[in-house]
Amino acid sequence: MGKIVDLEEGLELVQKGITKLTNILEGRAEPSFITDECMMLYTTIFNIASRNHPQDHSQLLYDKYRELLEDYLTSEALPALSEKHDEVMLLELVHRWKNYKVMVRWLTHFFFYINRYYIPRRSLTPLAEVGLNCFRQLVYQVLKDKVRDAVISLINRERDGEQVDKTLLKNVLNIFVEIGSGKTHYYETDFEAHMLRETSTYYSQKASIWIVEDSCPDYMFKAEECLKREKDRALHYLHEISEPKLLQKVEDELLSPYTNQLLENETSGCHVLIRDNKVDDLSRMCRLFCKIASGMNLISEIIKQQVTAELTVLMKQAEDAASNKKPEKKDEIGLQELVLVRSVIELNAKYLAFSNDCFQNNSPLRKPLKQIFEVFCNKGFSGNSCVELLATFCDHTLKKGATKNSSEAVEETIEKTKDSSYGDITSLSQTVKLLAYVNDIDLFAEIHRQKLARRLLFNRSAHDDYERSMLKKLKQQFGWQVTWKMEGMVTDMTLAREIQSSFEEYLKSNRQENPGTDLSVTVLTTRFWPGYKSHDLNLPSELIKCVQAFKIFYETTYRRKLTWLYSLGSCIINAKFGERTIELIVTTHQAAVLMLFNSADRLGYSEIKSQLAMTDDEVTRLLHSLSCARYKILNKEPNSQSISRTDYFEFNSEFTEAMKRIKIPPPPVDERNKVIQDVDKGREYAIDAAIVRIMKNRKVIVYQQLVGECMEHLNHVFKPDIKAIKKRIEALITREYLERDQKNPSIFRYLA
Amino acid sequence: MRRSSTRKTGSALPVNPSSGSSDAYRSASSKAVSKEVERIDNLFYAYADASSGLIDPEGIESFCSDLEVDYTDVRILMLAWKMKAEKQGYFTLEEWRRGLKALHADTISKLKKSLSELEKEVARPTNFSDFYSYSFRYCLTEDKQKCIDIESACELLDLVLGFQFRPQVDKLVEYLKHQRDYKVINMDQWTSFLRFCNEINFLSLDNYDAELAWPLILDNFVEWIREKQS
Repeated sequence: MGKIVDLEEGLELVQKGITKLTNILEGRAEPSFITDECMMLYTTIFNIASRNHPQDHSQLLYDKYRELLEDYLTSEALPALSEKHDEVMLLELVHRWKNYKVMVRWLTHFFFYINRYYIPRRSLTPLAEVGLNCFRQLVYQVLKDKVRDAVISLINRERDGEQVDKTLLKNVLNIFVEIGSGKTHYYETDFEAHMLRETSTYYSQKASIWIVEDSCPDYMFKAEECLKREKDRALHYLHEISEPKLLQKVEDELLSPYTNQLLENETSGCHVLIRDNKVDDLSRMCRLFCKIASGMNLISEIIKQQVTAELTVLMKQAEDAASNKKPEKKDEIGLQELVLVRSVIELNAKYLAFSNDCFQNNSPLRKPLKQIFEVFCNKGFSGNSCVELLATFCDHTLKKGATKNSSEAVEETIEKTKDSSYGDITSLSQTVKLLAYVNDIDLFAEIHRQKLARRLLFNRSAHDDYERSMLKKLKQQFGWQVTWKMEGMVTDMTLAREIQSSFEEYLKSNRQENPGTDLSVTVLTTRFWPGYKSHDLNLPSELIKCVQAFKIFYETTYRRKLTWLYSLGSCIINAKFGERTIELIVTTHQAAVLMLFNSADRLGYSEIKSQLAMTDDEVTRLLHSLSCARYKILNKEPNSQSISRTDYFEFNSEFTEAMKRIKIPPPPVDERNKVIQDVDKGREYAIDAAIVRIMKNRKVIVYQQLVGECMEHLNHVFKPDIKAIKKRIEALITREYLERDQKNPSIFRYLA
Repeated sequence: MRRSSTRKTGSALPVNPSSGSSDAYRSASSKAVSKEVERIDNLFYAYADASSGLIDPEGIESFCSDLEVDYTDVRILMLAWKMKAEKQGYFTLEEWRRGLKALHADTISKLKKSLSELEKEVARPTNFSDFYSYSFRYCLTEDKQKCIDIESACELLDLVLGFQFRPQVDKLVEYLKHQRDYKVINMDQWTSFLRFCNEINFLSLDNYDAELAWPLILDNFVEWIREKQS
């Protein structure tokens, strides 16, 4: 129950309470409030303001509240602040603000009653806000410029390396925010705008000094440092909205105006960093310029030029070396071409690594690198297509070291030094990366398959594991269509070895079946291997026995039809030259020729031809390899360098050679045309299959769409020619897989 | 129209007409109509081979000489079209009746006179493309034959399109004989030749677009012409 309090009395009590509060806040000797005192103040207000009172003094109290605060500020806070400057002033301000907030809180408690009923009823500004407004009008507006300048000066001192009171700055800047009731309007206008301007000035000055004094990497290092520090600054005491604006200013002053100057710097710019492999500096360059479009474009350009230049140098070196080749070896792929391929592979790998390290995903380098290497990969070099070069390179990498003595250990040959002309196994991944640029990968695959066949069949492969590893990488890159046959080939070799073992076992237990000559047979699954012509050759009787023996063994155990490919076989023949016996390693065909001389001393060309039942072309090449090449096992009459149909041949018993076993080089085989034929046929099938698949799916389709989808289907293996696609469409129309629409000739329909 | 020498026995269509069609006529019966049918049939039997009951190449030859039209003349082809004759070199009774009735010709002289009307009828665009397709099919003499050889195609083009599209036909025939890519022509290509003649400006070829769905043979043809012009 409130007693009726006289207004004058009540106000006096309140004033006393305020004074006490002020004293406490000012640190003057004053005992703290006790609960009763607080209650009394509250009750006093209550009584004055309550409706029970004959006169309603709520408005008066409301005004009094403000009055009290204003008094407090003008008598205590302002004087204290005006006599101070700089950092000291800032400290005082923070202190004053803290105290003021306490004051406001306490007063609001005391005046609670009107806050609760009177103010809402009259839609007046609540007490807390009134308090805020007072401070803002009396203190903030007066001092804000001084405060701002003091803060900025501290920031600059920190930039120059001094330690400053970060907490103080944070607290001061908080005031800017709190003064706007949490909105950043005052902060932005009264502080941030100026701070940003100052920042620009500061960095503009620094930049103009550094750009003259520092190398590009050093400059970039400093720039990155600055950005880091500004970010920290924003984190520690600026409001979060300032961070992006601040960093932008730094970039605008340090990086944007000097982009070209830095990147194109003669002695330390981008191309120098690339040349010297400075990955860290390049990464920094990319990080810094990633937001500056002109910068990224320039970096891309410079790298492109660098790559093109390096590539051109490599090609020139190779061309020069190639021009020194002997005329008869002009079209052969020799050492210099292989070195070129290896260098280009390494070049590509280097720049791919750069690209990934500096840019990670979405590297702006990916496209230009692709363009540059694509050009290289799809044109020719000194008479050979790049596809052939790459296939030959792979062949060398996967071969055992080429030596005369074929019993060299496999392990030794794998240890190839970097300086050797051959690649090493680890470069296979890099090779496949370069292959990704090749348009006609099916052509590469076909050549690779041909060479793989030779490696496998003539036991020249370094190791099965390496072959499989390469095939696996190719499969990952290009899909199973490109590699399934080759995988079959490698597996075939393992199976063939097993069959051979069984055969040898069989011969041991069936001695009567032994043909009298050691025989080793490799059984191949036809569809995996390149097509080899297999024509019947009139074999010498010894070999006929061998073939028979194996046939019996195989057909009883495996029941499959065998087709014999003598063109791929080899024989070891003991040749007696006078007293000396030399082992000759020859092809089966060569053996067939030589064995003829067991029963005749002298044979003419036509006799040899008819006895063997071969074509002129084959006979010519065979006889050439035995009589006009390095080892003249046969003497030719007349003794010219080319074979003619009137020549006569005799066994050369005078032949001498230091080694006990020599390999007679076989006649060279040019598989190029066959490869191209096979690839073209393969493409026809692939296009047919793609068209049928698309038509089955779509049922009805517009011509352009059919072509487009066809290209998409096939693109990863080869780039189909539009004419080729049209031709296949025609063929499929004839075979009634599809028909043209009667009314609209651009539309095709699937015929089930 | 080439005489087909390979066909010895065709799967002969029934000699006796289906009673249906004759009934239709009999029901609309007037003496004149049935007289016409009789005369038509008699004319048929005048040329037909007794054992097969069809008019065979020999019969056609003598029919043509009576008509005073060469058997290679396009009007004979048109007649075959009107008859909807299925096998080159042979007419069945049904086909014969069909054609002659449609032409209202029951004697040789009436037939002779009707030929110019027939030419006009064929020339009408809607009929012409049907006639044009028909002429290709008519040349497919073997079972399951889908294409005709280049030589025959050239002759047929000349016969069928020569009158309307002389310059195109000459050029096309020259090309077809010159090129080595194609040994036969399929129906799709054949159809496209007519479309080409109708749609493409000749000799300028300015509105020919190889990006469209034209058969490759025409793309190559156009390329060949353009190369020769430059």
